[in-house]
Amino acid sequence: MDFHLSKEHLLVRKMYREFAENEVKPLAEELDEEERFPMETVEKMAKLGMMGIYFPKQYGGAGGDVLSYAMCVEELAKVCGTTAVIVSAHTSLCCAPIFENGTEEQKMKYLPDLLSGRKIGAFGLTEPGAGTDASGQQTTAVKNENGDYVLNGSKCFITNGNVASTFVVFAMTDKSKGNHGITAFIVEKDFPGFSTGKHEKKMGIRGSSTCDLVFEDCVVPKENLLGKEGEGFKIAMKTLDGGRIGIASQALGLAEGAINEAVKYTKERIQFGRRLSQFQNTQFQLADMHTRTQAAQYLVYAAAMKKQNHEDYSMDAAMAKLFAAETASDVTRRAVQLFGGYGYTREYPVERMMRDAKITEIYEGTSEVQRMVVAKYLGVN
Amino acid sequence: MRNEVKLANPNYDSSKIEEFKNVWVFCEQRQGQMMSTSYELISEGRKLADELGVKLCGLLVGDNVGDLAESIGGYGADEVIVCDHPLLKNYTTDAYAKVICDVISEMKPEAFLIGATNIGRDLGPRCAARLHTGLCADCTHLDVDMPIYKDFLRGASTLPEAKIDGMATAKVMGKDHDVSRDLKMTRPAFGGNLMATIICPRFRPSMATVRPGVMKKAAYDEAKAKAVKVTKYDVKLDAADLQTEVVEVVKAAKKLVDLVGADYIVSVGRGISKDVEGGIKLAHELADVLGGVVGGSRVAIDSGWLTADHQVGQTGKTVHPKVYVALGISGSIQHKAGMSESECIIAVNKNDTAPIFEIADYGICGDLFKVTPMLIEAFKAAKASK
Amino acid sequence: MKILVCVKQVPDTSGKVAVNPDGTLNRASMQTIINPDDMNAVEAALKLKDELGCKVTVVTMGPPPAEGMLRELMAMGADDGYLVSAREFGGSDTYATSQILAAALDTIGLDDDDIVFCGRQAIDGDTAQVGPQIAEKLHLPQITYAADVKKEGDTLTVKRMLEDGYMTIKAQTPCLITCIKELNTPRYMSVSGVFECYSKPMTVLDYNALKDHPLIDATTIGLKGSPTNILTSFTPPQKGAGQMLEGNDMATCEKLAGILLEKHII
Repeated sequence: MDFHLSKEHLLVRKMYREFAENEVKPLAEELDEEERFPMETVEKMAKLGMMGIYFPKQYGGAGGDVLSYAMCVEELAKVCGTTAVIVSAHTSLCCAPIFENGTEEQKMKYLPDLLSGRKIGAFGLTEPGAGTDASGQQTTAVKNENGDYVLNGSKCFITNGNVASTFVVFAMTDKSKGNHGITAFIVEKDFPGFSTGKHEKKMGIRGSSTCDLVFEDCVVPKENLLGKEGEGFKIAMKTLDGGRIGIASQALGLAEGAINEAVKYTKERIQFGRRLSQFQNTQFQLADMHTRTQAAQYLVYAAAMKKQNHEDYSMDAAMAKLFAAETASDVTRRAVQLFGGYGYTREYPVERMMRDAKITEIYEGTSEVQRMVVAKYLGVN
Repeated sequence: MRNEVKLANPNYDSSKIEEFKNVWVFCEQRQGQMMSTSYELISEGRKLADELGVKLCGLLVGDNVGDLAESIGGYGADEVIVCDHPLLKNYTTDAYAKVICDVISEMKPEAFLIGATNIGRDLGPRCAARLHTGLCADCTHLDVDMPIYKDFLRGASTLPEAKIDGMATAKVMGKDHDVSRDLKMTRPAFGGNLMATIICPRFRPSMATVRPGVMKKAAYDEAKAKAVKVTKYDVKLDAADLQTEVVEVVKAAKKLVDLVGADYIVSVGRGISKDVEGGIKLAHELADVLGGVVGGSRVAIDSGWLTADHQVGQTGKTVHPKVYVALGISGSIQHKAGMSESECIIAVNKNDTAPIFEIADYGICGDLFKVTPMLIEAFKAAKASK
Repeated sequence: MKILVCVKQVPDTSGKVAVNPDGTLNRASMQTIINPDDMNAVEAALKLKDELGCKVTVVTMGPPPAEGMLRELMAMGADDGYLVSAREFGGSDTYATSQILAAALDTIGLDDDDIVFCGRQAIDGDTAQVGPQIAEKLHLPQITYAADVKKEGDTLTVKRMLEDGYMTIKAQTPCLITCIKELNTPRYMSVSGVFECYSKPMTVLDYNALKDHPLIDATTIGLKGSPTNILTSFTPPQKGAGQMLEGNDMATCEKLAGILLEKHII
């Protein structure tokens, strides 16, 4: 058992950290305040290979690994939850399913633009009536006379929805088969009959683009079928396993960021003639916060390494996301408490971190769903 | 190309330190205008030459610059060596280094001071390497005489008296070397957190570049100006000696300095609220006297008194100027987060319990509208006296 | 064509600086960083590489851990690295350091279309001397304080900053240029750069590798080859608690101005 990071991982973390401090942190407050998507940051990340970290160079990826991807999302989330989820959704929910399920032609057609960050990707599974119960898909795909598919229906809460060019979308090709009737497609934003809805106003990650996708007789060429007909549900679940590593990393980063801010603040702030950091309550709070966060990091990194090594990581990703998300919510809330009144104002970033953290318990499978996954592995179903 | 530049004196040997005598100062001029730091160095050089009991010479290099010689005498030089040549009109490393190394190889001064300007710091190291001697960069204090040097240490260092008192020699090549005639060149290192005194015991001349503005200019002496001895040096220079070509020299308009890079910042806060325009005007006047820029606390920005780029603090910029003047700023934790690392903090506030006074080096309790005009006057007078 | 960039690993003096009781710097307790001006030198070289496809070689003198810094520069895009490292080189002042680096650059090989970039100065000593002294020892033209560099054929056109303006200077390769922060904004490492940098060539130039070079002998390197010696190093008196000046009249203001003048603060 080796808990040491390789020199490449140490160095790549340093790179992410410098980038996050200099390029991401200064924008975080404004993105939140103005609900603005940081396109300029995406362009900068693209140049550095951060939009295709763990994919092979032959498809335009950076040739890194899953752990270095998790670290990227973690370091970004330390300073900006919005920026972190852009990378996570793009990588885990769009690039990964195309890379893992696409034909060579599909990979050569879509991955170079996505992995180099020239185009942004998104994932359309959730529907107004199909959230945690993803099998309740109402969007339909019907074959036309050319063998192409005609999609009708709508998706909601789609991360990167308004900025993406490439979508991995799920629709029912055969309602009678239930889950086995769901099929995955690669949809381009310019396909006729495809449109996006308005920006969703959210509690946190407010700079991230979230919107509806609408399909009105949207024709998807047969070459854009991802995997086989009826494999959609399997592809979606597998994709979400990977996505959970990204969201767990985001949660981890938010917790770490809040601890950094709290440590700094409590060393400066004086009350009752002493620095806050000199009070035992502060010390114990921070010790607990750090211990939980460190435990979350081990879970997240272990899941990432298992995925990298092509082991079954489904339960590991579920535990990592469950624990990291609940840790993020708990730690950011405690950080606000340590800041007192200042923590509740937008003068300091901890209130934003607290709002950003909440979503990590909800999207890409709620904490309850993660518990279901873990329980299933324990055989208690 | 890439041939070694030979010295005019082929027998020059920098290790024969007994052959070297007198203190020299490189008198930098640009386009026929003497750099003010040259006069500072002449004044300082006078002190060193007197401590050594030798002559002080100014080295004047340029094209047709001989008429500046007198002014160098006026600040204390006994002699000015003039190196005139059309190829010396604009500064080039090659031409200036060649002429200076040639004249030094022939006339052998024991100490050679250069202003640490962008030109001095280009020229100094090149000459020191060619002359095989030591150069101490960007000095802020110079001494020869030991008792004077020790007095300096007593005030400027935390060294124990016993250590200062016993100082007489330095270990040089394993032997005790008597430092009494060495030029003691003191300079800050590691961002001013550490000071070091450097000597050049085995070679001559001892060379130093000296930070502009640090040495005090002496009073101008008309009689000494008239009495200065002017020596023309026979410059041997050929266009082929120059490996670089100056295409143009451009004088830039004074550019705006940003808060982060500024050495002097005058910031305003809630205290100016009763006369915002007047308060900001005073801040600008004070900043102009110091050669700095104006900043503001969050209140000043949120109230629209100053634009956001002026904000110092948690949500604004973090600054570390030489001097930070806080006018009517109470010193909230957010503000302090942006300026507590300033080298010197001066606070003016009506309220003597304002938290800003906890971190201020100098505090004045009073109405900024009354105190600031007086500060402007006092700083103006102080700067004029330099 | 290639570009050689001289870089230095330095303690980060922007944060808290730790000083030992004897007045020397407590290096062990400080973070090391790549000297900021050197980052601009590396960026200048990488820009020319992007434009012209030349090779970029990074060179440093320092202890073995300085290899980590060279790897970072390779992760930014440099092609190979040289670590000049030997106990014999320790204790060198700027004169001796430039002697060793000049010998190292000459050993690596400096062709007629090559350029040497250095940072203007390192933040530990702030001397700005090693660049010009390497140039002197290699008999190269030097241009310091570069804020803009353009290359056409073998001609370099450089904007060289002065306090009150700038000069435009032309020189032929090979030449040495020292860079300031106005020159550019250094790029970040890239993800692929990080995963490739440990397989790029890294050469250690130790004493044996350089000892036969004409610039190197026992009297030109290390302490013995250094013309300068440190007589004393000391810390300035601690910044005490601030003082409230008495009164708020003209006399108070004059007193303050006097103190600041005395301390060379204004």
